[in-house]
Amino acid sequence: MTIDIALWLTQDAITNGAVYALLALALVLVYTVTRVIFVPQGEFISFAALSLATLQAGKVPGTVYLLMAGGALVALIDGVAAIRAAQPRRLIGIVILNIGLPAAVAGAASLAALRPDNLWLQMLVTLAIVTPFGPIIYRLAFQPLAGMSVLVLLIIAVAVHYLLTGLGLVFFGGEGLRSPPLSDFSLHVGVLNITAQSLWVIFSSIVLIFTLWLLFEHTLYGKALRATAINRVGARLVGISAAFAGSLSFTLAALIGAIAGILISPITTIYYDTGFIISLKGFVGAIIGGMVSYPVAAAGALLVGFLESFSSFWWSAFKESIVFTLIIPVLLWRSLTARHVDEEEE
Amino acid sequence: MSSLLDVRGLSAAYGKVEALHGVDIEVPRGKIVTVIGPNGAGKTTLLAVLMGLLAGRGTVIYDGGDMSGCTTEMRVARGLCLVPERRELFGGLRVEDNLLLGAFPRIGKATQTIRSDLDGVYQRFPRLLERRTQLAGTLSGGERQMLALGRALMAKPQLLMLDEPSLGLAPRIVRDTFHVIADLKRSGVSILLVEQNARAALQVADYGYVLETGEVVLEGTACALAANPRVAQTYLGLSGRFERNTA
Ligand SMILES: Nc1ncnc2c1ncn2[C@@H]1O[C@H](COP(=O)(O)OP(=O)(O)OP(=O)(O)O)[C@@H](O)[C@H]1O
Ligand SMILES: [Mg+2]
Repeated sequence: MTIDIALWLTQDAITNGAVYALLALALVLVYTVTRVIFVPQGEFISFAALSLATLQAGKVPGTVYLLMAGGALVALIDGVAAIRAAQPRRLIGIVILNIGLPAAVAGAASLAALRPDNLWLQMLVTLAIVTPFGPIIYRLAFQPLAGMSVLVLLIIAVAVHYLLTGLGLVFFGGEGLRSPPLSDFSLHVGVLNITAQSLWVIFSSIVLIFTLWLLFEHTLYGKALRATAINRVGARLVGISAAFAGSLSFTLAALIGAIAGILISPITTIYYDTGFIISLKGFVGAIIGGMVSYPVAAAGALLVGFLESFSSFWWSAFKESIVFTLIIPVLLWRSLTARHVDEEEE
Repeated sequence: MSSLLDVRGLSAAYGKVEALHGVDIEVPRGKIVTVIGPNGAGKTTLLAVLMGLLAGRGTVIYDGGDMSGCTTEMRVARGLCLVPERRELFGGLRVEDNLLLGAFPRIGKATQTIRSDLDGVYQRFPRLLERRTQLAGTLSGGERQMLALGRALMAKPQLLMLDEPSLGLAPRIVRDTFHVIADLKRSGVSILLVEQNARAALQVADYGYVLETGEVVLEGTACALAANPRVAQTYLGLSGRFERNTA
């Protein structure tokens, strides 16, 4: 291996690793706050990348209709609950949030589909389409089961994953799509060809990670999420509802997934089920962080990026299996070193 | 005016094992009511049901409204607040963040008053001010108790429920804690106090209940209870032993 090849592989590793790190953070966030091992995290990537590509092709993606349907379902459930609780005044907010907002997003989507030259608008609309799936999924699939065991929640997560993957196939078909990069610019350093898109991925990931850090360190809503992760009973006693914390963490996870999808869609061809594989790599990173540590999870995800990139050079046929085999020594090392932490221990 | 809290026929069970059998308790406005009783009597269980952490049967009327079907968060929003036996602090967060989260239902609505309430808590517990950037998980037992109490005060409770606030504390800090409790009463907070330290509890309280194996076996004004021979023998006479048990 020459130094040039090593540099080239490193660029690849960091670009992919940055995306895996984002997903690892989302998985740790959702797990610590709600105890859900969020298998469908990758679907946000596929949904975002494919919705963006569909908008590029001048069409309104099927995810828009799914969003309206999901919103309507939430409105129905919450509306009935509000009437049962004799609080009809809450209906206004419920309708605005779950029917009005998706309708507005649908309007924006049809507008964006007519403007193929305006990539920024389409990216924004894509975020607006995909992010609300976070709270909708939480409300419909997980909130009613908040007290269940981790295993039950995992089974639900797997079911949601299959449902969303299936819908992805219906909406986008079996072929892969790719969206154009924001800029075709690339920087030649020796033989190294640094594309603007990979710089853009790395830059956005760093900004997003920094924003998350700000949220968790410097806002009370972020601290409320951490408090829920640290001590569920304590959180309820100060009035942080599990539904609030769960919904907020799912919203953030969906936003992170959607951004990751938009970032990588010009780099790789995305199929309806590609997101799952990508999020699995983030999951390996999250496992390295024991599903609880943000920095270790991010570092672990970066390690996955390197392992993948360099193994593709030496043993390209095995690159995926090498990455996933990494889980076994990590789990062994984890179970040997970690003292068992009880769920509600302070 | 009716009582702030009116509990009628409250029962609760862990699985099939019933831990409370039809308990009646009342907390008048602005008063301190204490519940004393031996280990395993169901005191913590009672508070858990009142807080909505554990399902129970019976009626709980708080501030004129039925509490059935209210989640813990709704009860907190209505001014009910518990300092639990295990404190349930956020160990990985700073002391100040723990306090601020105590005011969570008011975030975004009353930022100004939250600041001044925080200053009020620091005034009451200067030790917390010294430790404000320290992680809550690294505090000493006494400091943790102060933090738990301070976090509860940040919620501006109407009814404050305390589960063994003197548990594991040095005598001097126990005295301080009871001073704070008496002080809170003067500022208009109603208090439901669960204690093993019956002597101190009956001194500060207006009214008391004795709970044994899930049932109220005795009730009366604090003076009457303190004078009751049975209470004196079981809960006061042997208070030396009790204190060693709780330390
Ligand atoms: N989570 C639980 N599961 C099963 N049984 C429980 C549980 N918590 C308490 N109990 C039982 O319920 C009964 C009442 O317990 P509780 O904690 O309310 O007593 P307590 O009066 O607070 O005692 P202490 O003074 O020791 O704190 C006890 O017999 C206890 O063993
Ligand atoms: Mg107890």
